[in-house]
Amino acid sequence: MQYIALIYSGPDAAPKPETPEFGAMMQGYMACTETFKTDGVMLAGDALHGTDKATSLRIRGGKIETMDGPFAETKEQLGGYYLFECENLDAALKYAAMIPTAAFGTIEVRPVMSPEDYGA
Amino acid sequence: MKNAPGLEAVITQIVRKDRGRLLAALIGSLNSFELAEEAFSDALESAIIHWQRGGVPDNPQGWLLRVARRKAIDRIRRQVRFRERQPELARLAAEDEMDANSMAPDIPDKRLALIFTCCHPALDAKSRVALTLRSLGGLSTQEIARAYLDKETTMGQRLSRAKTKIAVAKIPYAVPGPELWGERLGSVLSVIYLIFNEGYSASSGDAAIRGDLCEEAIYLARLLDQLRGDEPEIIGLLSLMLTTHARRAGRQSDAGTTIGLADQDRGLWDGAMVQEGLSLLERAMALGQAGPFQIKAAISALHASVKVATRTDWPQIALLYGRLYYFEPTAVVQLNRAVSLAEAGDVGAALAEFDRLAPELQGYQPLHAARAEYLARQGDMVAAIAAYDRAIELTGNGADREFLTARRAKLMH
Repeated sequence: MQYIALIYSGPDAAPKPETPEFGAMMQGYMACTETFKTDGVMLAGDALHGTDKATSLRIRGGKIETMDGPFAETKEQLGGYYLFECENLDAALKYAAMIPTAAFGTIEVRPVMSPEDYGA
Repeated sequence: MKNAPGLEAVITQIVRKDRGRLLAALIGSLNSFELAEEAFSDALESAIIHWQRGGVPDNPQGWLLRVARRKAIDRIRRQVRFRERQPELARLAAEDEMDANSMAPDIPDKRLALIFTCCHPALDAKSRVALTLRSLGGLSTQEIARAYLDKETTMGQRLSRAKTKIAVAKIPYAVPGPELWGERLGSVLSVIYLIFNEGYSASSGDAAIRGDLCEEAIYLARLLDQLRGDEPEIIGLLSLMLTTHARRAGRQSDAGTTIGLADQDRGLWDGAMVQEGLSLLERAMALGQAGPFQIKAAISALHASVKVATRTDWPQIALLYGRLYYFEPTAVVQLNRAVSLAEAGDVGAALAEFDRLAPELQGYQPLHAARAEYLARQGDMVAAIAAYDRAIELTGNGADREFLTARRAKLMH
């Protein structure tokens, strides 16, 4: 069973680069990634650039509209993810709790759809 | 066709007593909440037909389990992609074979796992309550809807959404291990206490059903204690509910008005139930591991065990609220502590505390009711009447409104 752990945090909640807190958080990420790998549950995991580097796209009336953003600076934004292979939700939650951002942001754990979920 | 005499009663009795256990065993074997419930309903339908003809079998529970399992096999076979489920079908057939060869099939008790699944924190609080009442209590969807003033269809959809999430997100069907035990047990206990409080506080819904909710909550806590003995907080919760529920007959006048603790006829309290609550509390405390439910139980016990209100040990109650604050640092706990201080004699300190809590609790009726009471005792009638007005404005239930209106009226003379 695959679960994706989506890592959200507000712009002011995360430690600022070049502070000791930031160093500790990065250490934490290295340590938890190591654990995920050792336990054989990690299929993928990446950090994302901020939404100020994002480009949004939609098609309306057959035309592609491309724009800068989104800008939702006051809201929590998606900062990264891990993709886990776990036996059940409790196992996935156990690993999600090791993600350092859980201490100041929110980790959203979602089951990944498998072919039979599409009713194929 | 007319049912054989008593057959319906026999079936109702079995459903009431064994539904949780049979359903839990079926979910364990079928790995699906939905399928287990459907198969169990199918089995009950069969029971009505077969038992009418051939009489009730010697082991009706075992009969229901086997028939439900076969009904589930039929249901799986009717599914489009059933071929992929051959291994599962083979396993179910083997289980059936095994039961066929034993005189009294052993029904595994999986109810503890079921409680933890129903109360899993990944489900929203209202769904946990509904699912627990439906699966382990004896309440129908219609009765749960009535108790919570929901439409039956709304409640049905809520239950169905919760079951879908259990299946899709794979919420485990297991008793949590030691690393999760504390958090998960806390969730189970709070679900049971929510059920009890809904029944007790009578904020809404049908009166008869609400009484049932208290009984259901007590039944669930007893079940939990029986399945997992020597867990001090389970015993604490059971004790708390018993010493509270024991006082129900004294809480309302014949006209349906709430009667304050000090004015209740303590002769109406259920003495045997109080006694049971007190000995449970002793059993919990002997395990030497304090917790919020045990402290609440101790407070309730201090009220329930005195025959005359004026003998209540208020200084001890104030101390216990202080300890409770350590587990539950909330303004409501501080409010209760302040009330005990006032009852213990220090009205000035209590009124100062009410003022301090007022910004946070301004929409909380009991704060205004308490302020009104003690302002009146201090002789500040104008402020007391204003506080009663505010409390009455915030009250959602008729019995409490009458109580407060009567208190207010007394001040006017």
